[in-house]
Amino acid sequence: MSLYALQKLIYELNRDGAVQEAFTADREAVLARYRLTEEEADAIRRDDVGKLYILGVNGQILMHFAAWRGLSWDEYIGAMKDALAEHGEVRGGIYGAVDGGAGGAV
Amino acid sequence: MSLVFAGIMSHGPGMTARADRADPAVRDPFFATLGRLRAALEESRPDALIVIAAEHFANFFMNNMPAYAIGMGEDYEGPIEEPGWLRIERRTIPGNPDLSRRIICKVMERIDVAYAEEWKFDHGIMVPLSFLTPGFDLPVIPANINCQGPPLTPLSRAYEFGRALRAACDAVPERIALVGTGGISHWPATPNSGKINEEWDREFLRRWSRNDRAALTSYSDEETLRDAGQGGFEIRTLVAVAGACEGRLGEVWFCEPIPIFATSGFAGVMDVGEATAAKAA
Repeated sequence: MSLYALQKLIYELNRDGAVQEAFTADREAVLARYRLTEEEADAIRRDDVGKLYILGVNGQILMHFAAWRGLSWDEYIGAMKDALAEHGEVRGGIYGAVDGGAGGAV
Repeated sequence: MSLVFAGIMSHGPGMTARADRADPAVRDPFFATLGRLRAALEESRPDALIVIAAEHFANFFMNNMPAYAIGMGEDYEGPIEEPGWLRIERRTIPGNPDLSRRIICKVMERIDVAYAEEWKFDHGIMVPLSFLTPGFDLPVIPANINCQGPPLTPLSRAYEFGRALRAACDAVPERIALVGTGGISHWPATPNSGKINEEWDREFLRRWSRNDRAALTSYSDEETLRDAGQGGFEIRTLVAVAGACEGRLGEVWFCEPIPIFATSGFAGVMDVGEATAAKAA
């Protein structure tokens, strides 16, 4: 899993208006710059914040991304909870170690 | 002149983004306490404010992650977050690159700190500024401790960073205020957002208030992760403030869990003592 590249894409989207504009104009062209797995790229294509959480994206990167993609607070929290129910535990990164390694909701 | 003010406060984005959803019985006294913190800051007549923050990937990433960084910009832009989400307008905050350079040079005598002439503020600095300097007119020098992307600097080094900052503040003619801002226990940006270990928070702040260096720096990251969540790593910012005020005591003015803020709302000050109190290492 290329979690590093996935997080870098979102980090750059979060902080750089030029990357945001490029992404809005041609999402595939921006995705092609990063060595992502098909599963990761697909989660970005679908704005699937919950899946990105499961894939291990650092929550502090993901929260800002979710805001940029227009998710309300409740939608954002709900997306992570729904994804836990659908896909199971967080698969990597420091957030996978939260709450006894489950990365899940209490 | 020297360090003229030292304080701590929480910085959760919910404090502005979701203020309307917090229980007024807790929120209102918390915000009133932040008003008191602002008044104390203003009373110290600072020329500049150093904010020790735990930024959330606004500037630094795992391609080149500094354990410690200090801003040296003419100005800073923030917030990086959608302004409508954070409910803080995007704006430019003045810096003081000459003062930054002098502070950085002095800190470098003790800590290998990175410097950055470009720096964007996220909620970790913008939320505190929105309460403490709502005109965003006081020159700010951001100082960051990596609390998000492990490996993380040891707590003992965070205390040393504070000591180094103190020595730097005491070496410049300007009046410097210092605010450390991070969470205590919290699980932000997870499905458990709103979970807070109240007793852990109170015990941490007791250690902070008595500036108990050994106790403050005794938490292992494994213990913090287990008991205080990944957000608990941000105690480094508060430990650094204690380091800046070594030998002096703190006062906690407020600490109550506010789940919609994803953290306890807290605020406190620490006695800065005399300039001579910052002894050489």
